[in-house]
Amino acid sequence: MAISVLRVSVWRGAESGAFRTYEVPRLESQTVLDVVTYIQRSLDPTLSYRFACRVGMCGSCAMTVNGKARWTCRTHVANVTAHDRLEIAPLNNLPVIKDLVTDMSVFFNKLAQAKGQFYGSRTRNDDFARVPPDSPQRREADAAIECIGCGVCYSACDVVKWNPDYLGPAALNRAWTLVNDVRDTTHAVRLAAVAGDAGCHACHTHMSCSELCPKQLTPTASIAGLKRMTLAAALKKAL
Amino acid sequence: MNRRSQVLLWGAQRASAAVLALCVVVHLVTVIYAVRNGLSAAEILGRTRGNYGWLAFYALFVAAVAIHAPIGLRTILSESTGWRNPVLDGLALAFGVALALWGWRAVWGVFV
Amino acid sequence: MKNDFRARNHPAYWAFIVHRASGLALTVFLPFHFWALGQALQGAAALDGFLRWSEEPLVKFAETGLVLLLAAHMTGGVRLLMLEFLAWRDWQRNLLAIAAGVSLVAGLAFALNVI
Repeated sequence: MAISVLRVSVWRGAESGAFRTYEVPRLESQTVLDVVTYIQRSLDPTLSYRFACRVGMCGSCAMTVNGKARWTCRTHVANVTAHDRLEIAPLNNLPVIKDLVTDMSVFFNKLAQAKGQFYGSRTRNDDFARVPPDSPQRREADAAIECIGCGVCYSACDVVKWNPDYLGPAALNRAWTLVNDVRDTTHAVRLAAVAGDAGCHACHTHMSCSELCPKQLTPTASIAGLKRMTLAAALKKAL
Repeated sequence: MNRRSQVLLWGAQRASAAVLALCVVVHLVTVIYAVRNGLSAAEILGRTRGNYGWLAFYALFVAAVAIHAPIGLRTILSESTGWRNPVLDGLALAFGVALALWGWRAVWGVFV
Repeated sequence: MKNDFRARNHPAYWAFIVHRASGLALTVFLPFHFWALGQALQGAAALDGFLRWSEEPLVKFAETGLVLLLAAHMTGGVRLLMLEFLAWRDWQRNLLAIAAGVSLVAGLAFALNVI
C-alpha cells in the first residue's frame, strides 16, 4: 500500500528568504498544523512557528496557506491541496520575525489606537447595567463581538498594504462593538479615533476580511456602520 | 487636513455619487436614444440650444463630476504612491477646478 | 509579504477592480469628452466634423466600451452606496449580480443602436 506524500513549500527566513520544500507523509484527517508540526519535529527542528490550543479557539496558528490566511489547525489538508502540494507562509502585512512567525505588535497597537478598550463609569458598588440583548445596538455589537484577534482579516486586507496607517478590519470591528455598547463612556473620542484617511473611510469594501474570517464575522458591515456614525458626527460638528 | 475634513471629503464623494447615479441614468438613456440613426450636430444642438432644462441638468452633472472624480483620484494616487501630503490635495483640487471649467465650457458651448 | 491573486479571487474584489479601473478610465476620458463637445463653440460645423470622425467602426467600438464602463461604474457605485448606507442584510449579496446585469443591458442597448 503506497503512502502518498505531500510536497510542502514552507517559507524560511525573515523578510528576505525563500521557500524550502519538504516531503511529508499524507495521512487521513490531517490538518495543515499537523503538517507543520511533523516538519519541525521529524525533518527540520530549526523551523519556527506558533500554535497553542490546536482546536480552533485561540487563533495563534494563523498562517498563509496556498495564498490565503487561515487557521492551520482548522484547515484540513484534503480541502486545500491540489496534486499533493501545499504552500505555507507567514501572515501577510506583518513583519516576519522568523519563518512562519510574524510580529503582531502593529496589529495590537492599532487595536489600541482605535480605542478598542472598554471604558465604563460604574464601580463594584453600583448595580449591574441592564442591557437588553435584543436592543438594536446590542444586536449590532453581538454580531461582531466574537473576534479573538487572530490577524487573519488584517493579513487579508489590501488596504492595510497600500495604506500603512490604516487601522485595519479587526481594530475597526472591535471599535464598532464598543460604540454600540451603551455602558461605554468614550463614544466621542472613539468616533474621532476611527474616522478619516487612516480609519474606517479608507475601507473599499473588498470584503477579503469577511471572506476569510474564521469566525464568519463581517468586519465590512461593522466598518460601514462606523462610516455612517462618523459622517453623522462630522455633519453635526460633533467629531 | 484634520479628521473632520477627511470625513466631510468622503461624505462629499458619496453625496456627489448619489447625484451622479441619477444624472448617469438620464445621460445613458439620452445617449442610447440619440445614437439611433447616427449622431449629428444638428440633432444634439437641436435638443440643447436655448434649452434651460438641459443647461441646468448638464451644469449640475459637471459640478457633481468635478467633486466626485478628484476625490477618488486622490485616494488612488495616495494608495499607489504612498504619498500623504498637501501636494496630493492640491493636485486633486486643481484637477477638480479644471474639470469644472472645461465641463461648463462645453455645457455653454451646446447651449448658445 | 503581500497578498497575490489567490487571496483576491472573490466577487467583491472583482467588483472593486472593475470599479477602480472604470473610474480611472472615465476620468482620463472626460477632458477629451468636454473638448469634443466644446467644439460646438466654433459652430455646428466644427462639432459635425468631429462627429463624422466618430462614425469610424473602431470609434463606435470604443464608445460601446465607454458606455459599458460608465454603466458598470454607476451600478457598482450604487451597490457600494447601498452597502455603506443601508442596514446590512443578506440580499445585498445579490447586488453584485444585479449591477453586472444592468450594466451589460446598457452596453448592449447602445451597441445595438449604433450597428
